[in-house]
Amino acid sequence: MSDVVEKTLTALPSLLSLDSHSGSTKLSSSSKLGNLIRGITELTSKHEEEKLIQRELASIKEQVSSPNTSMRQMKELMVRAIYCEMLGYEASFSYIHAIKLAQQGTALEKRVGYLAVSLFLNESHELLLLLVNTVLKDLQSTNLIEVCMALTVVSQMFPKDMIPAILPLVEEKLTHPKEIIRRKAVLALYKFYLIAPNQVQHIHNKFRKALCDKDPGVMTASLHIYLQMIQENPEGYKDLTASFVTILKQVVAGKLPMDFNYHSVPAPWLQIQLLRILAFLGKNDQSSSEIMYDILEESLRRAEINHNITYAILYECVKCIYTIHPKSELLEKAAKCIGNFVLSTKINLKYLGLKALTYVVQQDPKLALQHQVTIIECLDHPDLIIKRETLELLFRITNAQNVAVIVEKMLEFLRGNKDDYTTIDLVGKVAELAEKYAPNNEWFIETMSTVFSVGGDTMQPDIPNSFLKLLSEGFDSVEEDRKLKLFAVDSYVSLLQGEPGKLPQRFLQVISWVLGEYSYLRGELDAATVLRLLAKLLDTKSTSSETKSWVLMAMTKVCEGGVGVSVAQEVCETYSSSLDTALRQRAQELQHLSQDRDLRAKVLPREAGSEPLEVDSSLSFLDGFVSEALAAGAAPYKPHHQRQEELAQAKALSMEPYGLPISMSSCSIADRQSPTLLSVSSGLSGDSPSLSQKGGSTTPKLDGVKRVWGRQGYLVQTEPVEESDLVEVTGPLQSPNQQAGADGPPSQTPTLKPTPQPEQEKQQLASSLFVGLGSQSSLCLMGKPEATTQRFRRKAKGPVLSSSTGEQISNSSVSASSMANNLLCNDLLDSNITSETAAPSLEQTPQLSRDLPAANGACAVESTDRDVKENSASLIGDNRLVAADPAPRGDRGKLKDFSAHLPAEFSGLCHSDISPLASNQSLDVSACHVQKEDSLVLVVFMYNSSDDAIPHILLELRSDELEVSCEGDSPVEEARSRSVAVCQYSLTVKKPSVHVEVAGTVSYQLPVGTSQSVQFSYKLPLTSFIRPLTVSTEEYGTMWLDFSHDTKQKLTPICLGQEPLMDTLNVLKKKLKLHVVEIIGMEGIVACRVLRDQPCLMHCRLHAGALSVWLRSPVPDLPDCLMYHCQRALQEH
Amino acid sequence: MYMQSIHLMQFMLLFSRQGKLRLQKWYVPLSDKERKKISRDLVQTILARKPKMCSFLEWRDLKIVYKRYASLYFCCAVEDQDNELITLEIIHRYVELLDKYFGSVCELDIIFNFEKAYFILDEFLLGGEAQETSKKNVLKAIEQADLLQEEAEAPRSVLEEIGLT
Repeated sequence: MSDVVEKTLTALPSLLSLDSHSGSTKLSSSSKLGNLIRGITELTSKHEEEKLIQRELASIKEQVSSPNTSMRQMKELMVRAIYCEMLGYEASFSYIHAIKLAQQGTALEKRVGYLAVSLFLNESHELLLLLVNTVLKDLQSTNLIEVCMALTVVSQMFPKDMIPAILPLVEEKLTHPKEIIRRKAVLALYKFYLIAPNQVQHIHNKFRKALCDKDPGVMTASLHIYLQMIQENPEGYKDLTASFVTILKQVVAGKLPMDFNYHSVPAPWLQIQLLRILAFLGKNDQSSSEIMYDILEESLRRAEINHNITYAILYECVKCIYTIHPKSELLEKAAKCIGNFVLSTKINLKYLGLKALTYVVQQDPKLALQHQVTIIECLDHPDLIIKRETLELLFRITNAQNVAVIVEKMLEFLRGNKDDYTTIDLVGKVAELAEKYAPNNEWFIETMSTVFSVGGDTMQPDIPNSFLKLLSEGFDSVEEDRKLKLFAVDSYVSLLQGEPGKLPQRFLQVISWVLGEYSYLRGELDAATVLRLLAKLLDTKSTSSETKSWVLMAMTKVCEGGVGVSVAQEVCETYSSSLDTALRQRAQELQHLSQDRDLRAKVLPREAGSEPLEVDSSLSFLDGFVSEALAAGAAPYKPHHQRQEELAQAKALSMEPYGLPISMSSCSIADRQSPTLLSVSSGLSGDSPSLSQKGGSTTPKLDGVKRVWGRQGYLVQTEPVEESDLVEVTGPLQSPNQQAGADGPPSQTPTLKPTPQPEQEKQQLASSLFVGLGSQSSLCLMGKPEATTQRFRRKAKGPVLSSSTGEQISNSSVSASSMANNLLCNDLLDSNITSETAAPSLEQTPQLSRDLPAANGACAVESTDRDVKENSASLIGDNRLVAADPAPRGDRGKLKDFSAHLPAEFSGLCHSDISPLASNQSLDVSACHVQKEDSLVLVVFMYNSSDDAIPHILLELRSDELEVSCEGDSPVEEARSRSVAVCQYSLTVKKPSVHVEVAGTVSYQLPVGTSQSVQFSYKLPLTSFIRPLTVSTEEYGTMWLDFSHDTKQKLTPICLGQEPLMDTLNVLKKKLKLHVVEIIGMEGIVACRVLRDQPCLMHCRLHAGALSVWLRSPVPDLPDCLMYHCQRALQEH
Repeated sequence: MYMQSIHLMQFMLLFSRQGKLRLQKWYVPLSDKERKKISRDLVQTILARKPKMCSFLEWRDLKIVYKRYASLYFCCAVEDQDNELITLEIIHRYVELLDKYFGSVCELDIIFNFEKAYFILDEFLLGGEAQETSKKNVLKAIEQADLLQEEAEAPRSVLEEIGLT
């Protein structure tokens, strides 16, 4: 193509003078647009252009508002207005005329009108409401092109509230004889599904018809909807798996008409869409996955032509294969395919290869090893995006052994990086790794210092927060705690003695806090010295006033003794007259507390740092003050959103008249009034605004702080297991000088020939980067020492394991095998102990000496091998190893009955089915939720299906819609072999959505050293969070008026007997746990709340066989979501 | 409540080597100010890249996919998780469509007939998703709508009889 498009702008002026332009293009150089464009090209300065355009806009403005302008001229004017907007000049005066043109023009003019509307307005623009009637009219037109235009604009933007007005017309088009109309109608419904899913719920069966449409274009369009729906709820569409597979088979076999081919590949877009759908359907589902294996293999095989488009399909195919239930042959082929990407000389393919590797490497770390040379090359690639993706990949394979090297690479990138977004992202990742895998105190503090300096003030605030939290909470070992804090103090003191003015504010805040809290630990450090250093910060110009507050607070904690008081006094004098009230207050505090020693000891007790403070988040201590103020005539408090809303209402267009065309007319009772009619309490001036505001969202911020590693990640020194991690880290650090000599005889590196110097450097880098991903196929250079230490750890654990979990082991060969291991390893231990030279820099307990690397040993082979993959065990022909291999894990993957492990306190409560979420070689994760009266508890079961105990499991949960907090003391668990660890989390709704989802990562370290993680997600409907809200009719009335978010819809009531309203409400009450407040005649009022304290009120009215439901809540989106569930509940009944 | 589709294209920009915007289509609601800032930033970033570099780049939390055809740059923004290669081919298919329609397209065709380029884009990508990937079908739809243009001179009654039959 690029050779076809070979004309360039350079010829522009000469071309413009020629009237006859080649091709079908009519160069409208005589038209006004042509003149404008030509005029602009002749200009030389931006200033001239601005003048010209302003003149042009003025003339357009004059003409559009003139009554004599015909629609035809209007069309021409609109094109010019679009052009001006594209150049960056505002032409908002023309928006309304664009709508008019779409409304009144002939088909041809309409086309331009609609185009202008779709370019000028975005979907939240209020003028869009004026388009509704035009669309309505055009949808009914007999001219197919007009129908097409209307559908096109609707699929791009349409006001959500107006969907019911045109929905029947769009639905009707699904059976239109012309395929182009059917196709556009499907896409319009897709748009509706995205912006208001509950509105199109009833037409799901019609989507199926579209899927079966004889026209491939319509079928393809329907896949957009299916992809979305299946992503949200894969369980609901499992029955379609076979159909999607069949469609894909036909496409791949070339059964579609030729014009769907793209560079002789049959319908690639369709193939990719189907592969995405299959990935969702096959995820964690063996039986569905099995249906797909054949076609996936076929797709891999077919896509051979060397063209971008086949690579695009391959990429999607590989992703799918790695997402669904694994099949080893397919995985092998997919891995080979990734190899082709990674090794490609085309940079785009290489990038995608890295991206694919990043995606799969957690499941199959071996792959990273295979491509280590390429990965190292990419790390120095001139194109930043390649570098960046490589770091992403390394991030995923980081473990305790290679963390230092990888973090260094990331920091190196960060230092040269200028893009804020990348910095924020990478800095977060470095902090995460540092917290998870830090080999020692010094490294940790130094790395975090770099993070703070490089991350500057743009980084996520939770990084310093969790760092400080970590320091203050400490670990189990008091001594280690002290050392860490001491080191932090030392390193910060020396930073402050340097040039603190260059440090970012956030870092200075961290420093101040640490010095304030812990500088006393360094006995020889004079409080006065610290105070002077801090005072110096106050004098620095660049210090922000927020930082100054931190500094003053730190000084308050430190000031002691004679010199301290005098420094403090000096500072106080300066700041007690500061214009900044916060600073002034801090200065006052400092002044008082520095003089009154006893008071200071009481206010700032030194050793009580870890005790949680009680915070009255409801601010109830202010109640007296509030009621006094109200009594004195003050206006009641209105929450922020409500004020905004009222402001907006005062200014904005009234939405009301447009409510009529929707089929809601029966609901048009006096608008902002209480619908109950009986409860209008008009005198609400003195009332507190609404129940919801009382502490709903005001929970202390600390709760939300991510517990990246809590007490676990950095526990390094407290347990023997972690100790050996420490030793291992030293391996890579010193590898460059060691490995070439003693450690890497050529006989052990069969995969690599002796190489020249630069190559060798790369190999050394490789050995430190890919350490701990253990595999036979890897370079022995790197694998060996680490593997050996791990072996010893394993050995140490062995006996403990088999005795403590004896009752769990049903298969006798398992314990036999671990015994065999012990024997083997003990032998080696006896004969092969060498002296350790790598460790002295780290503070180690005597136990270290037993964890030394041995020179070689079959045990090492066995243990590295084991954690990679079962099937690789067969590669090794050593008899002893076969004997030592654990019994086949036949029971893995089977559903286990976890209900016995449900904590006893939940026994009487209603809980959901326990559903399996994810599993890998060693861990199966399942979960269920328990509905308590005031909370919802998510219970996660982790079954360790391996033969080894997993000492530390770190479970992290995150969710966009939910707030997750850990129940009980810590999210860290140990899972003994073949037993279940249980974690509990309490969930509350942060942002309502029809379904809410929690995504989780279980990460753990296998005894043999590889860090593993399992990802899963758990989805539950909003209904699980709904609880009845018991209010009186009067209270209901007051609340109703306060709530600002609402939605209305007509539902079909349930008719069992005489009283459909009663029956319907009973069903809703039973299914959704709503509280029926009162029923009067044909109207009913109902109330509920979403945990915690997010009320939603419902008013229903039975009229002419339909139930008009009106929902209101102070929480955005809640009414919509609840409406969806009401509709569902009634339909299912 | 607004659900974000995972494979939605966020926007498409066409600009010249001189950095002049030739076409812009936004599939996600953004304010005017944001639009201007984004296009300015991206035009700058992309023009600064060397020819042999990767066609993809990270920009904020989005993935930008771009390709240069003669004097014009085509640039799309997709979600980070999306398949960049297929986006590249979407650009290419669009160029093919323009080429077929205009008959060996050049930047001038797009400058002077940008509304046509928009019409073609709307037939090919609707709301950020590929609507119709058959070249023949897209062009058929455009040509049929263009027919109206030819007949526009005729009286209205005739116009109303024209359908797609």
